[in-house]
Amino acid sequence: MGFTRWGLKKSPWVYHVNTGACNNCDIEVLDLLTPRFDVERFGIQLVGTPRHADALVVTGICTRQCRPRLQEIYRQTPKPCVVFVIGVCALTGGIFHDAYHRWGRVDDAIREVDPNAIFAYVPGCPPKPEAMAIGVLKALAML
Amino acid sequence: MSETELARELKTTLGATALEIRQPSRNNIFVTVRPEDVPAAAQTVWDGMKSRFAIVTGIDVPGGIELLYHFVFDDKHTIVTLKTLVAKPFPEIESITPVIPAAEWIEREVHDLLGVTFRHHPRPERLILADDWPEGVYPLRKEFKPKDPNE
Amino acid sequence: MSHRTLIPIGPYHPLQEEAEFFQLYVEGETVVDMDVRISYNHRGIEKLCESKTFDQVPFAVERVCGICSASHPLAYVQAVEAIVGVPVPERALYLRTIVNELERIHSHMLWLGLAGHFIGYNTVFMWAWRYREPILDLLELVTGSRINYANVKVGGVRMDMNKEQLAAVQKGMDEVKGPVEMLTKAVLDDPVLHVRLKGVGVLSKDDARNYACAGPTARGSGIPFDVRRHDPYAAYDRVDWDVIVREEGDVFAKAVVRCLETLESIKMVKQAAQEIPDGPIDAEYREIPEGEACGHVEAPRGETFHYVRSDGSSYPYRHKIRAPSYVNVPSFKATCIGQSITDVCLTLAAVDPCYSCTERMAVVVDAASRKKILNFEDLVRLSQEKTRKLLRDFKG
Repeated sequence: MGFTRWGLKKSPWVYHVNTGACNNCDIEVLDLLTPRFDVERFGIQLVGTPRHADALVVTGICTRQCRPRLQEIYRQTPKPCVVFVIGVCALTGGIFHDAYHRWGRVDDAIREVDPNAIFAYVPGCPPKPEAMAIGVLKALAML
Repeated sequence: MSETELARELKTTLGATALEIRQPSRNNIFVTVRPEDVPAAAQTVWDGMKSRFAIVTGIDVPGGIELLYHFVFDDKHTIVTLKTLVAKPFPEIESITPVIPAAEWIEREVHDLLGVTFRHHPRPERLILADDWPEGVYPLRKEFKPKDPNE
Repeated sequence: MSHRTLIPIGPYHPLQEEAEFFQLYVEGETVVDMDVRISYNHRGIEKLCESKTFDQVPFAVERVCGICSASHPLAYVQAVEAIVGVPVPERALYLRTIVNELERIHSHMLWLGLAGHFIGYNTVFMWAWRYREPILDLLELVTGSRINYANVKVGGVRMDMNKEQLAAVQKGMDEVKGPVEMLTKAVLDDPVLHVRLKGVGVLSKDDARNYACAGPTARGSGIPFDVRRHDPYAAYDRVDWDVIVREEGDVFAKAVVRCLETLESIKMVKQAAQEIPDGPIDAEYREIPEGEACGHVEAPRGETFHYVRSDGSSYPYRHKIRAPSYVNVPSFKATCIGQSITDVCLTLAAVDPCYSCTERMAVVVDAASRKKILNFEDLVRLSQEKTRKLLRDFKG
């Protein structure tokens, strides 16, 4: 699977995907880059295209309209990559779990494309930036 | 001008078009009109009486689809809502977008979610539901029951 | 092109390559037409609210949008309070004002940071977001959460603020005033910003009215309405503040409106925290009778409008939610057509669209061939390059 190769990467480049979120998680993800949290010191950087990413940060409930786009983005991301599922909406739908425009879980959508995809989950509504940073670092350390 | 004076002014200006005028709370006035009178009444309230268009609400009720057109009179601290009822199974009404461009999106949304046809709408395309959402299924209708994808 | 130098630290960069929200058709460098498709963020919240009890709905609607998180529940509970006819205690009104104005401050600073990024002033972005943090800390102090405050309920508020918290809020306002004044001055006085932003994305007063625009988008075009002044709720008629209006309608005018509004909000929070009366924080009511009402508040982006109908049961029969971006975003038709693509991303950002609407913002298509030629990331880069060129011209 290439874990070792991936694990050697000290500076994971991250691409952010919103699949139908209220923006709380998205803002907190971006907050990580600002001086208070400054995840760039851990080498984490946001990139503008999935083709350059080592990891995806996914928020949102995975609406019906977004699901094919999410899958396409996953396909375009070079493997191996880690998918960080941020926020309870992306995990189980949260308060929107029975919303009619929701397709289903983000990890299920990606597993349709790649049954062996790697996921790391950070629950919360929204998760605090510290929780996200710790989640990301823990996942990187494990791999 | 006080709110009650606004109710009186509406009565005078709309005349017989206003079937009923209610003011159930300090800053809410509801005016019932017939569907065919909606474009003219909307023009009168928005342009003639110089209010601000807020939004349109559609409600699935036993008698049909109720449409509420909300206008705000900022200087009189009051929201005036024009109410009308269009019959199912094929609810339709004249679009107010030619008069009020701001209504374009919401009429498309009400069409998507409740199945109301807005005649002479400049761009009656799907706005808010996914490309693969089935035609003829209107999520805001009461008979529609969403399923939880987690189950 | 190295993506490392782009480091799109603005939230508009996470653009999915295929999903278009806006399609901008261009001839040469000029936008000639636009198409729009919103659906990616549609979550069906209105339907959801019909299956939640009246008390549960505030928790659902505060997740309509993260940056207007205090405004949506407040508009909803005001609509329900109009149906019930319950008078809200004075202390609760002040508490609502404090939270909502704190939200406005952090939201406007967020926008300022973004605008800075699009122009290419990344220092502005970092400073604005850095000074947002203490506001979020204050919100966490008084409500328990940086975002999603869960502070309002029908009849009042759910939690009180004690003397220490109110003192911390006042101190926080004193501390943030300096940085906000500095950022405001940076916007108002910078000659390059004047050239960059003035005359860009002009929304005329007539268009603002025809598109029913709200908030700073409308106030930047000379339409002086503000729900806090014209249909006062919470404690807005008890504190001293000014409605900020500009006539020019361009991006600069909207930026000025937001900067000055932030200063007004700081004033309001301080006054509210100082003058808040003692007393209960919620009112009792027996039940929610049959009825209907509209409630509206001035969210950072403009008027948030809710309509609620009750049929006497425990669940709303209908709950209509209209966020301000719903009326502001369509005005792009009036402001983008005729613009150069170097200015489009600023014009799109100027109405401060909620991210959840504009996450997958825009794609540029050649009008003749219908081929996609640029994505939003390119638009941001073009905008930043234009600023750099202006800076060179200024210095040269």
